[in-house]
Amino acid sequence: MRRVTLLAALAAILPAAAMAASTSSVPVEGMPQLAFGHPEQGRLLVGQVVWQLIIFAALIYLMSRVVLPRVGAVIENRQARIAADLEAAQAAKTEADAAMAAHRAATEEARAAARAQVAAALQAAQAETDAKADALTARLNAQIAEAEARIEAARAAAMGALRGVAADTAEALVSKLVGRADRAAIEAAVGRELAARGRA
Amino acid sequence: MAVEGKTIDALSQFELSPVGGVFGWAVSFSQSNLFMVIAVVLTFWLMKATADRGAMVPGRLQALGESAYEFVAGMVRDQVGDEGKKYFPFVFSIFMFVLFGNLLGMLPYAFTYTSHIMVTLTLAVVVWVAVTVIALKRHGMHFFSYFFPEGAPVWLAPIIIPVEVISYLSRMVSLSVRLFANMVAGHVMLKVFATFVVLLGGLGAIGPFVAAMPLAVNVALVGFEFLVAFLQAYVFAILTSIYLHDAVHLH
Repeated sequence: MRRVTLLAALAAILPAAAMAASTSSVPVEGMPQLAFGHPEQGRLLVGQVVWQLIIFAALIYLMSRVVLPRVGAVIENRQARIAADLEAAQAAKTEADAAMAAHRAATEEARAAARAQVAAALQAAQAETDAKADALTARLNAQIAEAEARIEAARAAAMGALRGVAADTAEALVSKLVGRADRAAIEAAVGRELAARGRA
Repeated sequence: MAVEGKTIDALSQFELSPVGGVFGWAVSFSQSNLFMVIAVVLTFWLMKATADRGAMVPGRLQALGESAYEFVAGMVRDQVGDEGKKYFPFVFSIFMFVLFGNLLGMLPYAFTYTSHIMVTLTLAVVVWVAVTVIALKRHGMHFFSYFFPEGAPVWLAPIIIPVEVISYLSRMVSLSVRLFANMVAGHVMLKVFATFVVLLGGLGAIGPFVAAMPLAVNVALVGFEFLVAFLQAYVFAILTSIYLHDAVHLH
């Protein structure tokens, strides 16, 4: 509303001022700016400068004492606010970075712990497996040894029986051929023969 | 007013006239000064609105005021350095005074006070005096070494010193004439081509078609004048900053 009033006042003043411009009674020769000899223009030219000095002094006073410090304060406030906000943002960013680094370290630590645990578990399992395998091997070895002993015994028994059978056979053969048999001699001969063949 | 007896009158737009009848006449308050007051009121209103809002996230109006502030503040900081901070309101006032003078002149019926050599010369003299006073205050008599650069051969002094003094004094002239000439040339061109539109438009049936050409030129000129309005305000402010740099640092 105030703006409209101001514009309306301007619009009313301008044509009035322009109408007043053509009221010079004596014609002006040459440039009106330099018509110092003209009775009206000359006086107005001087008055113009005096008024200009007054008006310009008023402008300087209004600017330097009234409005410019306030405008400067507004701009400085804004700059201070922006600087403070930037600083706060910087601080927040540093904080976030620190938190991020801490988080990363914690993750790394947890990962390392997990790895160690996995490795320990693996090692334990390996040890258990090894122990079981060793026990099994030992048992199997024992069984093998036992079986071998049994085989050896059986073989020895078999070999012992062989000598008896051979002696009996030889006695029977000799008694059939010669009518009599010396048991002790035959046994000795069989023993010799078996020893010669490596079966004793 | 523009066409009197079939002659092109491009200069009457610069004539001063008192505002407020006999009262204005009694104190020699012309429409030129009225537009200065409007420029100051608009500048003050813009910057006050900017400060009043003071929002962390500026709206359009506040952004406009703040960009004007930061544009000039950046210019002063770049040219003068940190010592220039206390001269910033002065440069800002110069910039806004010239800028609004130029821009208000673009409104129909408006008066362009920057098209008066007395106005621009007054501004230039204010800048020159301010710069010289600042330099004398900061450096005392040492200020006069400005007119003779260190290390220059002494026998060149009779040439260098007058040249430097003249160039220092001519700052007032170049600063004021540049702005004045730009604004006068632009507004005379606008008036001349606008008069062509009226004159050619009266040529019977083909009139409107022929008159379209100067009208097109005027459209382009208006855009160009807006550029000049900003550019000359910028030039005035940056030259002021450069002179302040010389005053503060001596070379």
